Amino acid sequence: MTTFASPPVTNPSALLARRNPVAKLAAALLFSLPLLATLDPLTPAIALVVELTLLPLFGLRHAVLAKQVWPLLLAATGVLMTMVLFAADRSGTVLVGLGPFDVTTGVLNSALGLILRLFAIALPGVIVFATTDPTDLADALVQNAKAPARFAIGALAAFRLLPLLGAEWQMLTLARRARGVDTGVRGFPATAFALLVGALRRGTRLAVAMDARGFDSGVPRTYARRQVFTRADVALMAGAIGLAALILGTTITLGLFRSII
Amino acid sequence: MSTVVLRGFGWRHAGRRAWAVRDVDLRIEHGERVLLLGPSGAGKSTLLAALAGLLPDDSGEQAGTVEIDGRSPADARDHVGIVFQDPQTQLVMARSGDDVAFGLENRGVPAGTIWPRVSDALDRVGFPYPITRSTAALSGGEAQRLALAGVLALRPGLLLLDEPTANLDPVGAELVRDAITRARADDTTLILVEHRVAEALPLVDRVVVLEAGGGIRADGAPEMVFAAYGDRLADEGVWVPGFRVPALKSPAAAGNEVLRATEVSVANRLSGVSIGVGEGEVLAVTGPNGAGKSTLALVLGGLLAPSGGQVSAFGDPKPPHKWRAATLTTRIGSVFQNPEHQFVTSRVADELAVGPRRTGRTPAQIKEIVDSLLDRLRLTKLAAANPYTLSGGEARRLSVATALATAPRLLVLDEPTFGQDRRTWIELVTLLATLRDEGHAVVAVTHDDDFVQTLADRTFPLGSSRPGEPLPRRRRS
Repeated sequence: MTTFASPPVTNPSALLARRNPVAKLAAALLFSLPLLATLDPLTPAIALVVELTLLPLFGLRHAVLAKQVWPLLLAATGVLMTMVLFAADRSGTVLVGLGPFDVTTGVLNSALGLILRLFAIALPGVIVFATTDPTDLADALVQNAKAPARFAIGALAAFRLLPLLGAEWQMLTLARRARGVDTGVRGFPATAFALLVGALRRGTRLAVAMDARGFDSGVPRTYARRQVFTRADVALMAGAIGLAALILGTTITLGLFRSII
Repeated sequence: MSTVVLRGFGWRHAGRRAWAVRDVDLRIEHGERVLLLGPSGAGKSTLLAALAGLLPDDSGEQAGTVEIDGRSPADARDHVGIVFQDPQTQLVMARSGDDVAFGLENRGVPAGTIWPRVSDALDRVGFPYPITRSTAALSGGEAQRLALAGVLALRPGLLLLDEPTANLDPVGAELVRDAITRARADDTTLILVEHRVAEALPLVDRVVVLEAGGGIRADGAPEMVFAAYGDRLADEGVWVPGFRVPALKSPAAAGNEVLRATEVSVANRLSGVSIGVGEGEVLAVTGPNGAGKSTLALVLGGLLAPSGGQVSAFGDPKPPHKWRAATLTTRIGSVFQNPEHQFVTSRVADELAVGPRRTGRTPAQIKEIVDSLLDRLRLTKLAAANPYTLSGGEARRLSVATALATAPRLLVLDEPTFGQDRRTWIELVTLLATLRDEGHAVVAVTHDDDFVQTLADRTFPLGSSRPGEPLPRRRRS
């Protein structure tokens, strides 16, 4: 999965990639949130098919997406393990007999449903962040969604410092070995503390530097980069709602809808 | 075009007993260029922060008055620009041009005039890249140039520079000084804080020296101030031009080799280096940024596994990076560029006890080691202090002391004198010379030419492994 601070990895001129970042984010939420209402495996399965079909419109190739979603595969494995170990419902045919941990068709069904939901709900977000430049997102949040600049630009500046943390962590670990502390799980809290001290210090310095350049000083900001919200952006959001309704409608018609409450 | 007037000015940070700066009476006329000097802790940075309007009323107590063109710093903020030490924490945006535009947006400059002003500011500092250049891809010197452009775009009447080159290697520092010279406008008042006086002098026409206890010790033309106060300033740690330190070379040839690296390389960071170091010698590893000097220090220090080549040391059949940490510290001591990276406890004395305890010394032995190191490195008064609260010079001395606590025969130091004032510098160099004369082997990665001239018995220049960068600059289309 991409970090928020990394640049987009796609063709930025694709039809939907070009849309306003706020519209894309809203569309992702409008599409995926309704899917939460049901527990059946069919709804997320249809949603996934829809998402993968729309992928080219975002200028995102399937291979690139696959690289972005590998952490989701880890999460999926976690779900499967949890279900095998702790599922209360062990109905259906026994596939692998492990006593209290019998793997049955019922267990696999529930696990599959959860994993499909995980992917169907996470994927729109992954697509949005993979096709959106963080600076554009912050600009659009301020200009189109009227988010406070203090929050949007502040977060943007903070995320710029994130990659430094990785390098810092490696340095700290090596420095600890130099002090005679073997690296391992036990050193984790102390290393994390040192990392935090460093991060706080940098954060403070950055805040002072931003302050010195007039950030959040009460003067109305102007925008060097314009973000526009067009009818096409409204259409994208409407489309997201429409698709979500269509998918839920299909499940209900087929009588497979299982309400979460 | 700003005039600065301070009358009996003082500032005490909330929760501190001592004044950071006090009794300052000073008048700086518009267009003057002032170098502000003083021993560590004299309050130079606090004074700049006050002028930049960065000391909120509730963050401390003020005495006297500060006026910029007859207004308080808070009201005059639109006319004051400040550049700090650390380039990493001054850049806000992901793209260079956006970063310069950031300040203009904050000040409400109409969108139509932002980009011409961005281009103009980047030209003035000689920024060599297109405005879409990622700020993460800039070197320290380039990032600092960009930070300067960001401030200049706001057209300040008063420009404050708080040790703008202290975090940079010599090449980067030169870039920034060059940019300051180019960008300097006659109607801009300039106040510069800088330890390295010789390099800063071409930029200024007046020197003001703050007294550590408060007030101003000297004020006037540079020649005059240094003729009258040069020796005292040098004693207090200011790098006054013309005060050289006598060379401290080894009286004897190097003894047995303690470590040898053969064709070591680390993917993308270091290519094929063969190097050895013997007892009783100081070996300086020099070279441009990106040549892999720090990486080499990590490999020689047994901290990083080389991806190619071999390292053998102290007759051990295993290479240093495979040794247990406790064994490693009794043979090779590493001192990192940033001392804070190495601190693992919350008290200075505990910090020194970590190594001896890990190597199985008795409590009595540990106490003896700790006390003698505290004494030797003038840290006794700070024994109970938290290492993270030490000043730069103190933290450096402590980090060297922690490496010495386990009595290793080889010391590997990464930029040990970086950013240090003259006093700490002399202490460090003298200490390393003593250790060497006692038979220790010392490897120091350094940019510091004075350090090499004074102490190094041998120099190992590391070539650049990356091609040079500058690309032609393009305008935003």
